[in-house]
Order: sequence, then structure tokens, then C-alpha cells
Amino acid sequence: MRPRIQLLTPELIGRILCEAFELLMSPGVRVGSAPVVELLRSAGVEVNDGVARVPEQLVRNCMASAPRDFNLYNRSGEKAVHYGGDDVHFDPGSCCVQMLDPDTLEARPSETRDLVRLIQVTESLPQFAAQSTAVVCNDAPSAIGDLYRLLVVLQHSHKPVVTGSFSAAGLQGMIDLLAADSGSQDNLRKKPRAVFDVCPSPPLNWSEFGSHNLLELARAGVPAEIVSMPLAGGTAPVTLVGSVTQHAAEVLAGITLHQLAGPGSPVVWGGAPAIFDMRTGGAPMGAVETAMLNMACAEVGKHLGLPTHGYLVATDSKFVDAQAGAESARSAMLGALTGINMISGAGMLESLACHSVEKLVIDAESIASAYRLVRGVETRGATLATAMFAQTGLSGEFLKLKETRAHFRQEQHLPSPVIDRSARGSEPPSDAFTRARARVNELVSQYQKPSFPEDVLRKYQSIVEREADRAGVASALSGD
Amino acid sequence: MCGGSRFLDVGPEYNPGLVSLIPRLICAGGSLSGQLFQAMRQSIIDGASDTAAELAQQALAIGVDPLEAVNQGFAAGITFAGDQFGCGQMFLPDLLASAEAMKAAINILEPEMLKRGSQREALGKIILGTARGDIHDIGKNLVATILSASGFQIFDLGTSVTPEEFVAKAKEVDADIVGISALLTTTMAGQKAVIEALDRNGLRPRVKAIIGGAAVTQKWAAEIGADGYSRNAIDALELAKNLMSKVMNKGTAQA
Ligand code: B12
Repeated sequence: MRPRIQLLTPELIGRILCEAFELLMSPGVRVGSAPVVELLRSAGVEVNDGVARVPEQLVRNCMASAPRDFNLYNRSGEKAVHYGGDDVHFDPGSCCVQMLDPDTLEARPSETRDLVRLIQVTESLPQFAAQSTAVVCNDAPSAIGDLYRLLVVLQHSHKPVVTGSFSAAGLQGMIDLLAADSGSQDNLRKKPRAVFDVCPSPPLNWSEFGSHNLLELARAGVPAEIVSMPLAGGTAPVTLVGSVTQHAAEVLAGITLHQLAGPGSPVVWGGAPAIFDMRTGGAPMGAVETAMLNMACAEVGKHLGLPTHGYLVATDSKFVDAQAGAESARSAMLGALTGINMISGAGMLESLACHSVEKLVIDAESIASAYRLVRGVETRGATLATAMFAQTGLSGEFLKLKETRAHFRQEQHLPSPVIDRSARGSEPPSDAFTRARARVNELVSQYQKPSFPEDVLRKYQSIVEREADRAGVASALSGD
Repeated sequence: MCGGSRFLDVGPEYNPGLVSLIPRLICAGGSLSGQLFQAMRQSIIDGASDTAAELAQQALAIGVDPLEAVNQGFAAGITFAGDQFGCGQMFLPDLLASAEAMKAAINILEPEMLKRGSQREALGKIILGTARGDIHDIGKNLVATILSASGFQIFDLGTSVTPEEFVAKAKEVDADIVGISALLTTTMAGQKAVIEALDRNGLRPRVKAIIGGAAVTQKWAAEIGADGYSRNAIDALELAKNLMSKVMNKGTAQA
């Protein structure tokens, strides 16, 4: 039996959806741009003063055309991530602006070298099914920062990518880059390698930028992940269930826009809901209530039969310390037990502002434990224990059994040296951060950069140059 | 202030129902105005808008100087609330309720202050907004709340504000400080653009420019020639107060 956890009863999900549909009519949804207004009006939606009242029937029709599941592919065109059902995948958190320097323990602006290190480590850890455009490279021109991050990831990885754009103007260049990577726009549509996070602004606002990108992704057939981020008590109702309801309304509105623009295009019921910290106004990503919000939101999406996403495995601590470990491991488990298809956030400190590659390798251990937990207690062979006792009697010599040798690798997750289970020896014991640093160095030294055909590199180059021109900055194709 | 009780010691309970007695007591040399001020303070700390408004009305009814009511009564409450928030004893919903109560009281006292020409001096005029292309506004709103609760006059231009809009407002209200928030690395360039626009329009150095946001660093602030930056709302208050003292000094030095 696969263990699972459920926070909402079917009856409560029914009420959440019912009120979410009510919200879509009153107060309605703010829509930012003329093309969105036009699209909605042509579907018969009433839009007044930038506020749309979206009727339930239209939303339901649009949900019906959204795929129940889809795949992301790696660079070789193989299925690597299945969005759908109870499959669980993890990727490092996206878009941090700072990096924890392991020598000084200070958070400093992140640079290309940091992104490369994060990619190298993510690439070698099986716990991460996908890469993410994990940090912003402050050493690259910020006007094309989103494109540049994606370029660096594509140049260093085989895995699928969870990414996103910072502006409306930046999206096309990123799609073009992915099409160059896949060989053509058509290949990208058939075998998408990336999914794009797109955020509504709480409450109930599909801004010009967010909705523009949503429509463009739908038209290009590139998967969109709707990352609604209600902050309970700040930008959403203070009750967890009230925020889940707002989240549902925001995502339902997003799916409606998306499917109107590109029926059948893949779209994810995603989110980064959090509570609102009443002392600082921050978004405490490590709080258990934040995990509960992510779980409950995903449960609503699963109830509707849609692919799901959440933001977990992150912490509010500034260091890779006990708080970071506790918060991240706890939410990794909870997310896996909920069966969320893509769980973003590993490696992140400081409420999504700062990344740490050392934290990433520690989180990978928590994720491995979460996967182990989700596999549950399995049965192997015809008997549970008697057949083994038939061989050992009361001798206790289980280590010698062939069953032991055959099954221990499935029964136990064998952690990397990041986890200390050693007996105390002559060497003084080390702490997790020290071991994580060593592990990072080891993984980085083993990493091999994929090779690229010249023509792909040339295509990358020309897209980056074009986009740099558009943004009015000197181009920078580097990242090596 | 930290560690203290959230509640001021109001002393003998003030009973608003006794309002008719007040003039007599004052005449008799009682310290009821002192008690009234304390009740005003407490109404702000409690975030009780109705009580605050009622007390303001009573003050007018018995001829208490409205400016004194603000300075010795209500404002003391908001200062206390701000301090308590600063050290984690009060929370944002409490602080917002206190700010609302303050507004309710001022609304009632203002016409009388205008009549007497005894307007309360704001600590300074500050324009706030989020840089062009950026819709993050939680941090900026928090800064606005704290600054305004502490006596600054705030003009909040909202999100995705262009340099031209900042400049126009700064001219219009004769601002002392312009504060630009940016949470995205892509929109931080907008902070620079605003500072350049202030320079171009000859507003600086008289008008000070301050910045903030998750990715803003000391280095960035120095690079774009900002007059200061802060990492949170409480520090923003200190920053603004320090800059105001410079604005004042400059004023007298030039005079
Ligand atoms: C909440 C949030 C959102 C909410 C914002 C809701 C709102 N109404 O503001 C939503 C969901 C809408 C959102 C959207 C996006 N976000 Co966002 N968001 C955040 C998050 C998690 C918290 C920000 C916050 O509110 N913090 C709490 C407040 C209280 O803190 P603060 O803003 O830092 O403010 C304090 C200080 O900085 C200072 N301060 C702030 N302003 C000022 C101004 C002055 C003058 C002074 C003196 C001081 C000062 O005082 C404040 C109070 O203490 C941050 C991560 C983080 N930890 O910062 C990401 C983050 C900033 N977002 C990010 C991104 C990428 C986005 C999107 C582009 C995502 C997307 N692909 O759609 C969009 C942006 C759209 C746009 N064009 O603006 C990235 C930024 C990456 C980058 N390139 O810079 C971050 C770092 C998260 C991440 N790793 O992905 N986001």
C-alpha cells in the first residue's frame, strides 16, 4: 500500500470549488491586457473596467480540454518527467537572487559560476528529475537575465527544465532557444523539454505580464505551470481553507485563459501558496502551514484530475542549519505523501531569495527518504518472515541469507556520505554542512559537460544576439 | 520598550460616560485631561477606531487643544505601537488597526486644527513606489505603513511606476524623500533610472533617494548613488529620520 496523506475531505473540496466558482463571478478576476479582454469577450465573458466575470460552465469546458497528464523530455528526447497521477518529482527552487557562500557564510549576489555549480550537482543527483533556472546571474546583463539562465542550463544539462520568464518581452527568446535545442518548434511542441512557471498576482489578478505569457505558452504548446501564490492573511484570506479557495479561483481563471488560447496545451495546477508572516510581512516557506497550503491546493487539483505542482523543501533560515534541515525534510515528506507531480524548492534559503548548493545535496537526502517512505512497507516472496526463519532457525544469522543480499537495497535507502551513520573513530566527527561541502566538490569534479553540435551552438548564439539587440545590451554567450 | 506589556497602564479606568463631568473636574483642577490622553493612547494601541473617534469628539467638546490631543494622546499610542511592532510584541494586523484608529481620530480633529492654524507638522514628505515593470508591493506597503504611522506623510504611487511619475509627484508635493522598491533583478535598473531622472530634473541633492527590495545591496545603492537603502521597514524608518535631519540641516545651512 502506498502511504498517503489527505487534508481535505471530498465534501470540503466540493465546497472549495463551489466558492471558487462564486469568486470568479463576484468579485470576478482582474485582467490586465487588451488581448485577454478580447479573448474572454469572444468566449462570451462579460468584462467591465478590467474585471472579468467568468462563468462556471466556461471554466468547466476549458478544464475538459486540458490534458490530464503529459511528459517532459530530456535532451535525447526520452521521457523524463511524467506530470500526472500520483507521480512525484523534485527540482531545485528557481530564480534566487543570492547564493550562500560556503566559505564566508554570507549571502552574495548569485553569478554564472553559481548557476553552473547548481546545475552540475543537480545533473548528477537522481533525486532531481529536472533542472531549474535556479539563480539569476548578476554578472550577465539583467535585461536578458531570464534567457541567459536558460542558456546556461541548456548548455550544461540533459534533464528537463523548470523555468520562467521575468517579463512579457523575454518569453519568445526563451521559447526560441528551446526550439533550437529540440531541433524545431514542432519538436518542442511534441516533446517539450521545459515547463514555464507563470504567476497570477494575488488576489485574483491576471496581470498583463502573467496573462501575456500564459497565452503565448498555450499557443506555442509549451507547458505552463500556473504558480498561484496567495499569502494567507496578507494577500488572501487568513484561513488556510480560504486561501486554498482563492488559489483554486486563480488557477481556474488561468486554465480558462490558457485553454481558450490553446485548447489541449499542457497546463499544470501549480502553486507557491504560503502563510503571511505577521511580524515581517514575509512569506515563510518553511512553515508547516505553508506545507499544508501546498498539500491542500494540490489535493484540489488532483480531485479535478489535473497535473500538479507545489513549492516545498525550502526554508526561511539564512544558513544550512538545523532549521533548514527540519523545515525542508518535513515538507519533502509531506509533498511526496500528497503525490504532487513536481515539487520545486530544494536548495532554497531565506524564503526563496537565496540558494545553497550545499543545502541542495542535503535536501537530496531528505527527498530520497521521502521517496522511500512513499514506497511504503512492501511484501517480497510468499511469506513475510517464516521462510527466512526456516533457514536461520534461532541462530540470528540473517546477514548470511541470500534474501538479505537480494533485498536490502530495496528495503533501505542507502544514503550518501552526507548523512552520518558512522561509528566514532579516530577522526573527529564532522557536521552535515562540512560533509555537504565535500559531497558538492566530489559531484562537481565527476561532472561531465555534454557536447553540442556546432550548428546548435550557432543557433543559440544568434538567438541570444537578437535578444540582446532587442533589449539594447551587449550580448554575452558564455556560461562555460 | 521591548519586553513591556502591550498595554499601557491606563491608571484609574477612564469612563467615556462621564464626559459631562469633565468640564467640572478640569475646573476643579483634576487631571482628567491626563486621563483622557491616556485613554486616547490606549484606543490607538487597541486599534479601536470607534473609541478613538469618540475620544477625539469629546476632546473637542470640552475644548482640549486638538494638536495637544494628537501629540500627547493619540500619537503617543502610535509611537508605542510602532515600537512594540519593532520588537515583535505586536503584529501587522494590530499595527494596521492602530494606524486606522489614528486616522479616525485625526479625521475628527483635523477641521478644528485647520481652523486654529495649528496643523501638525509631518516629519517629512515621502514618495514611495515600486519600480517600472515590478508588481511586488508587500515590502513597500509595509514601509509605507511604518513610516506613515511614525508621522511621515506618504504618497504611495503603487506598483510599476515610471521615473517620470516619480519626478512629477516629487515636484508636485515638494517631497523630501523618494523611495523606490524593486524585488526583481530586472527592475532594479528602474531604481537607477528614477535617481537619474531626479538628478536630471535638478531635484537632488535636496530630495533624497532611498531604495529597497530583496536583491538590493549596499553595493548597488552606492553604485547608483542612492542616499540610502534598508533591508526592512524598521531600518527604513531610521534611515528616513536620519535623512530628514540632513534635509533640515541643509535647509538651515543654505539659509
Ligand atoms: C511574494 C512574492 C511574489 C508575489 C508578490 C505579491 C505582491 N503583491 O507583492 C507574486 C506571486 C505576485 C510574485 C510574482 C513574481 N515574482 Co516574486 N516573490 C515573492 C517573494 C516570495 C516574497 C516577496 C515579499 O513580499 N517579501 C516580504 C517583504 C516584506 O519583504 P521585501 O519585499 O524584501 O521588503 C522589505 C525590504 O526589502 C525593505 N524594502 C522593500 N522595498 C523598499 C523600499 C524602500 C524605499 C526601502 C527603504 C526599503 C524597502 O523593507 C521591506 C519590509 O521589511 C520573493 C522572495 C523573497 N524572499 O524576496 C519572490 C521573488 C522576489 N519573486 C521572484 C519572481 C521571479 C517573480 C515573478 C517574475 C515570477 C514569474 N515568473 O511570474 C513574478 C514577478 C512579476 C513582476 N513583473 O513583478 C524572484 C525574483 C527573481 C529575480 N529575477 O529577481 C523571487 C526572489 C523568488 C524566486 N526565487 O523566484 N512574487
